[in-house]
Amino acid sequence: MRFAIPLLVLAVLIGFFAVGLNRDPRTLPSPLIGKAAPAFELPVLEFPKKDGAPPLLTNADFVGKPILVNFFASWCAGCQVEHPFLMRLAQSGQVQIVGVDYKDADADVRQWLGVRGNPYAPILVDLDGRTGIDWGVYGVPETFVVDARGTILHKHIGAMTPEAWEKDIKPLLVKP
Amino acid sequence: MSATRPPNRLFRLFAPRASALLLIALCALSPLRASAQVTTVKPEIPLTAAQEKQLEVLLPDLRCLVCQNESLAESRAPLALDLKYEVRNLVAQGKSDAEIKQYLTARYGDFVLFRPPFDPRTWLLWLGPIGLVIIGLLALLWNVRQSRKPKATTTPTVDPAALRKLLDE
Repeated sequence: MRFAIPLLVLAVLIGFFAVGLNRDPRTLPSPLIGKAAPAFELPVLEFPKKDGAPPLLTNADFVGKPILVNFFASWCAGCQVEHPFLMRLAQSGQVQIVGVDYKDADADVRQWLGVRGNPYAPILVDLDGRTGIDWGVYGVPETFVVDARGTILHKHIGAMTPEAWEKDIKPLLVKP
Repeated sequence: MSATRPPNRLFRLFAPRASALLLIALCALSPLRASAQVTTVKPEIPLTAAQEKQLEVLLPDLRCLVCQNESLAESRAPLALDLKYEVRNLVAQGKSDAEIKQYLTARYGDFVLFRPPFDPRTWLLWLGPIGLVIIGLLALLWNVRQSRKPKATTTPTVDPAALRKLLDE
C-alpha cells in the first residue's frame, strides 16, 4: 500500500514517455489537412525543353481527379531515395503525380530527371519557394494527397515509401 | 611478428595524410556532382523605425522549422531566411503581430510559435505544472497534519484475570 502512489506516478510517467518518445519531432502535423489546397500559379518545366514561354498552371487545372503533389528538388537527398518508387508508381498508372520543383535550377533538374527518368506530369517550378511556404513545406521531399475537388487529404513528410503509399495514401484515393 | 623493425612506419606516416588528401579530393569533386538550392535575389524591403522594432520583438518568438530549437531571428537556414523575408514583407504592409502569427500558423501550425496559444488542446500544457504544484502542496499539508496528530496508541486489551494471576505469582 505504501508503494501504491509512487507506482501509479511511475506508470503515468511510463505512459507519457511511451507515447512521447515514439513520436518523431521532425514530422509536424499540417494544419492544411481537410482544407482547400493553397492557391498557386506556377510555370511548367517542360521536359524535354521546348522553345517559348512555358504555360502557367493554377489549382483549377488539376480539378477533376485526385493527384499527388510532390515537392522535390535535384539538390535534395531524400528525393533521390524516393525517386525509384515514384517512377514505379507513375508507371503503374494508379495516380497522377504533379511535381513541384522547389528552389532549383531548371538545368539541374533537367539533368537530374534525364539521368533518372521523369515520374511527374507535369512539373511545376517554384523557384523562390513561396508556393512551398503557402503549402507549409519545411523540407523537401513532401507529398500532398489532393482529392478531385482540390482538398488536401494527407501530407507525407520525407521520402515516399511503398509502405506509406499502401497504408496512408492508397485508401484515400479509392474512396469516391 | 616484426619485433625487430617498427611495423609499417611508412604506412603510419602516410595514412593520415592519404585520408586527408582523399577527403580534400572528395570535397573538391562534390560540387561537380550535386546541385545546390537556388537562392533568388529578392528586393530589399525598407521598414520604418517602428516596424524594425516590431520585427525585432516578433522574430525571436517564431520557430525555425528546419532547426527546431532556433528562432527565426537566429537561424541561417534557407527556409528561415525565406520566412524572415515574408515576415518582414508583412510587417512592411502594416500587419499586426497577431495577423503575422495567423499567417504562419495557417501554414505551419502552432509549432511555429515558441509560445503556444492557450486553448483546449493546450490546457494540460499550460495548467499541468500549476496542477502538479497544487497536488504537491496538498500532499505536503496532509503529511504534516498526519505527523502532528498524537500517535493513536493502541491500548492492549488486558485480561484482568490473567494480570492478577501474573501479579500474584
